[in-house]
Amino acid sequence: MSNQEKEPVFSAKNLKLLSEPLGRNNPITVQVLGICSALAVTVKLKPAIVMALSVMIVTGFSNLVIASLRKFIPDRIRIIVQLVVIATMVILVDQFLKAYVFDVSKQLSVFVGLIITNCIIMGRLEAFAMANKPWPSFLDGIGNGAGYGMILVIVAFFRELLGSGTLFGYPVLEKLGIYKTGYENNGMAILPPMALIIVGLIIWVQRSRDKSLIGK
Amino acid sequence: MKHFSNRYIFIFSAVMVIAVAALLSLAATLLQPAQARNLEIEKKRNMLESINVEANRENTEELYEKYIKEGFVVNSEGNPVEGIDAFTVVVKNEQKKPLEQQYLPVFRAEPADGEKVIILPVEGKGLWGPIYGYVSLRSDMSTIYGTNFDHKGETPGLGAEINTSDFEGQFRGKKLFENGSFTSIKVLKGGAGENDPHGVDAISGGTITSKGLEKMIFDCLDKYNSYFQKNKI
Repeated sequence: MSNQEKEPVFSAKNLKLLSEPLGRNNPITVQVLGICSALAVTVKLKPAIVMALSVMIVTGFSNLVIASLRKFIPDRIRIIVQLVVIATMVILVDQFLKAYVFDVSKQLSVFVGLIITNCIIMGRLEAFAMANKPWPSFLDGIGNGAGYGMILVIVAFFRELLGSGTLFGYPVLEKLGIYKTGYENNGMAILPPMALIIVGLIIWVQRSRDKSLIGK
Repeated sequence: MKHFSNRYIFIFSAVMVIAVAALLSLAATLLQPAQARNLEIEKKRNMLESINVEANRENTEELYEKYIKEGFVVNSEGNPVEGIDAFTVVVKNEQKKPLEQQYLPVFRAEPADGEKVIILPVEGKGLWGPIYGYVSLRSDMSTIYGTNFDHKGETPGLGAEINTSDFEGQFRGKKLFENGSFTSIKVLKGGAGENDPHGVDAISGGTITSKGLEKMIFDCLDKYNSYFQKNKI
C-alpha cells in the first residue's frame, strides 16, 4: 500500500463514478435495469422522489458494506451474501421510516420492500462493489441511485402532469385555465404503459444526442 | 481468486446470519415504541378526520381529548359489552369471529358545531390489500357526518384516491337508511346524481377498490343495525 499514490477523495476518477450513471451509463436508459419499479412508483411526483432517495441510500450503503467485506466473501455464496445485505438495509430503512417519518412511510407503503428486488442494486454489487474499494463503491452506488432517481422523477413529472393535471398534488393545469380550451386529462398517463413510453422517448432523445450509444 | 474451504463458507454464513438477525431484532426492539406511538396517533388522527377535524401530529392528542368523549363496545344485538377497551379492538380480528361474538366499537364524539355523532370503524378489502377507515353518523343514525378512508397499498393515482378529501367529502350528508331499511352507500360508475341520497362517484381506474369500499361499508355497518334501531333519535 505504501508505494501506492494516495488518491484524493474526490479525484476525477471518483467524480466520474458519480456522474457517469446520470448520463452515458444511466442504469435505466442505457443498461435498461430497474424498469419494473419505474412503472409502479411514477404516477405521482412525491412517491417517486422519496423512492429515489431511498434507493440512493440503499445502493450507496450496500455497495459500501459489500466492498468492505469483498475479500472475505466466499465466491460461491456471494449472491446470497449480497441479497442478505440488501434485504437487511431495506428493512432497516423501512423500520426507520416507520418510526421517525411515518407520513413518508405511509406514502411509499409496499414500495420500500420492493427496493429489495430492484435489479440495479444487485447489478452494482456484482459488477462494481465486489471488485473495488469501499469509497469508490459508495460513490458508484450513490451515482447509480441518483441516475435511477433522475429518470423516475422525469417520468413522474410527465405522468402526473398529463394524467392528473397536477404537480405535487397542486392543480397546475386548472390554475392555468387549460381545461377551458377543451383539454382533458390523459387517462393513459396514469396507467403503467405510459411509463414505458416515456422511458422509450427519453432513450430516443439520449441516443440521438449521443451517437456513441447506438449499436453497442 | 482466493479459494475458500467449505468449513469457512459454513462459518461465514452462520456468523453473517446471526449478526444480521441480531442487528434486525435490535432495531425492531429499539424502534418499536416509536412505531407503536405513530400508529396510535395515526388512528386518533383518522378518527378526528372522520368528524371533519383536521389534525397534525402535534395537536392530535389534544384534539382527541377535546372532541372524542368516550368509546365503548356493543354486540350485534346492539347491547353494550362491559370490560373491553374500544380503542384497542382490532376490527380485522373481530371479523374472523362468529357475528354474535364480535365486539363492535363505537366512539361518541362532539365536534365544535355541537352535533352529537358516533364514529364507527370499518375494514375491508381493496385491490392489493386491506382498506379501512372511520364513518361518523349524526344522531339519526342514518346521515353520514364525515368519513375517513385509508389503505395499505392501493395504486397511487387510482385506488389510492380513496383517501383524498375530494372522495371522502362526497359521503357527507348521504343516508344509510331508506324508509327504515338498511340501504348503505353505493359507489357508482359514471357518477352519482346530485340528489341521490345513497350514491357517490366511483374512482375512474379504481373500480375494484371502489367496489371493495362499497362492500366494506355495507358489511361493517350492517352489523350495527340493532344498535342503530335502539339508539336513533
